[in-house]
Amino acid sequence: MRWYFRAVGAKRIIAFIVLALFVIFFLGPLLNLLILAFTGRWNYPDVLPHEWSLKWWTFVFQQEDIANSMGLSFLIAAIVTGLSIVLCIPAAYAFARIRFPLSRFFLFSFLLTHAFPKMGLYVSIAVLFYKLGLMNTLAGVVLIHMINVLMYMTWIPTASFRNIHAAQEESARDVGAGPFLVFRRITLPMAMPGILVASIFTFLNSLDEAQGTFLVGIPNYKTMPIVMYSIISDYPAYAGAVFSIILTAPTVILLLAAQRFVSADVMASGFQVK
Amino acid sequence: MSIQLSIRQLKKRYKTGDGVSDISLDIRKGELITLLGPSGCGKTTVLRSIGGFLDPDAGDILIEGKSVLGSPPEKRPTSMVFQSYNLWPHMTVYDNLAFGLKIRKMSKPAIKQAISEVLELVRLPGMEKKYPGQLSGGQQQRVAVARSLLLKPAVLLLDEPFSALDAKLRHEMREELREIQADSGLTMVFVTHDQEEALSISDRIVVMNKGNIEQIASPQDIYDHPETLFVAQFIGKMNFVKGVADDRIRIGGLSFPNAQAHSGPVSIAIRPEDVILNDAEGQGIPGILKQIMVLGHYAEVSVELGDHGTIRGFQPREAVKSLQPGQKVTVHFAKVLTYSEG
Repeated sequence: MRWYFRAVGAKRIIAFIVLALFVIFFLGPLLNLLILAFTGRWNYPDVLPHEWSLKWWTFVFQQEDIANSMGLSFLIAAIVTGLSIVLCIPAAYAFARIRFPLSRFFLFSFLLTHAFPKMGLYVSIAVLFYKLGLMNTLAGVVLIHMINVLMYMTWIPTASFRNIHAAQEESARDVGAGPFLVFRRITLPMAMPGILVASIFTFLNSLDEAQGTFLVGIPNYKTMPIVMYSIISDYPAYAGAVFSIILTAPTVILLLAAQRFVSADVMASGFQVK
Repeated sequence: MSIQLSIRQLKKRYKTGDGVSDISLDIRKGELITLLGPSGCGKTTVLRSIGGFLDPDAGDILIEGKSVLGSPPEKRPTSMVFQSYNLWPHMTVYDNLAFGLKIRKMSKPAIKQAISEVLELVRLPGMEKKYPGQLSGGQQQRVAVARSLLLKPAVLLLDEPFSALDAKLRHEMREELREIQADSGLTMVFVTHDQEEALSISDRIVVMNKGNIEQIASPQDIYDHPETLFVAQFIGKMNFVKGVADDRIRIGGLSFPNAQAHSGPVSIAIRPEDVILNDAEGQGIPGILKQIMVLGHYAEVSVELGDHGTIRGFQPREAVKSLQPGQKVTVHFAKVLTYSEG
């Protein structure tokens, strides 16, 4: 054994220990969640359950409001993502290409919604929503979700558009493409990694949003995170585990699918001050 | 030869005060014209106006006799090669080259044929499947040139296309461009701030300064007969001394014919190769030899001429063998260029 450690070197061993701790810290809870979700019977001092079963899964899927909430969550997340793409991509393009007065200020204003305690912001928005009749409506929930994601959806694509050089768009004009074709065939595909990252962020953020939905959507619009609260308080931890996995699964799947587009610098360039 | 491109009284002012005023220029079919000048002289403004990327304030641009001012870039019979970032990184070389041809509804086999031929021409055969990121800077510029050639433009515009490349490669690319131009007979407008580049590739050079044309002439004429003081300063190496004009041009004890009928104080420009070095007893302006630098097949000498400052001259290497720095010499000029003061 000693020869091995000597060959590897102290630095590598420390790096390995740090990595191991990191993995345990991140994957440990997930593993625990997986075990809990498939547990049939488990008495406390034992390391592993006595019986494995899918009974909590069937239980969770039999709860009508849970199935509904899942459908609702994905519906809302899809609407929020779609709407914010339609709204923010043109805005991002404008921020990247057009020099207008106070553009920096406007770009930074998207940070404002993240600068205050969320609950305070939501309560004041709720007051406004009451007057406009948006409480307990789908539109209200979608709006409150969008407030959260405007920043990602504008900043990251803005950086992507900025990284496209004027000469690249002008070359396309030069060889015969009109402005619309240039945007569709050159600009948009080149900015796609950033737009994709921002969209995934938006989708996941909407799927996970609880505070605002709780305030605006109750009682008719209970999304997964809202139902989660009641499940955790009303049912055993096993049901909570099953539900957590259902909530986590889209994140993992989407991030894996996006891995080939997502590089850390796409994200990072969205948050550079230029 | 017929006029391919005609620029008439082109005007453009930017808020910064830069721009061009009253540029007129006729370019013949098959000619390679260089717009040469320091940065901010307006050469790129002229080029971008021809390509349609800029709207001039006044004037007209005619290609093959028809005004193109109302047309956007995609409708003009021009094609532009930019300094950098010509290519689209998400497309292969083939797709980069085919983009314009597909818009022109060319058939697929014809596109394939044309692309393989043009890649041969720019010395990148078989590179169709590569992505721009896999090519070197020089190869990327070749692809950009190829893309423009494929479209068979009436005028090919080149905006400092080789300035981002290293010196050796730049030299090669110039030669290749010249060959392509000779073979294809394309009319080209080439923008550069590099006078060596302009002198080596152009049929005619347009020297620009502060938004105006200083001189339009062949490289040889520009070098031998710079019309203005600016051109004399900008092109090649040059010595400047002060002189006085009456019936003749006088510098110190020397005098030259006053062909242009100058009078009063004048600036006199002398090419280093026109500086003649004599020993202390010879005819000419007396001075002290300060430095001798042997530069391969010739030597550069600098001579201090008292009130006239220091003059640099090129001498054959054999001629400087007997010379020593610090010795007294006299200087004479084979040829002088004279410019009125102010």
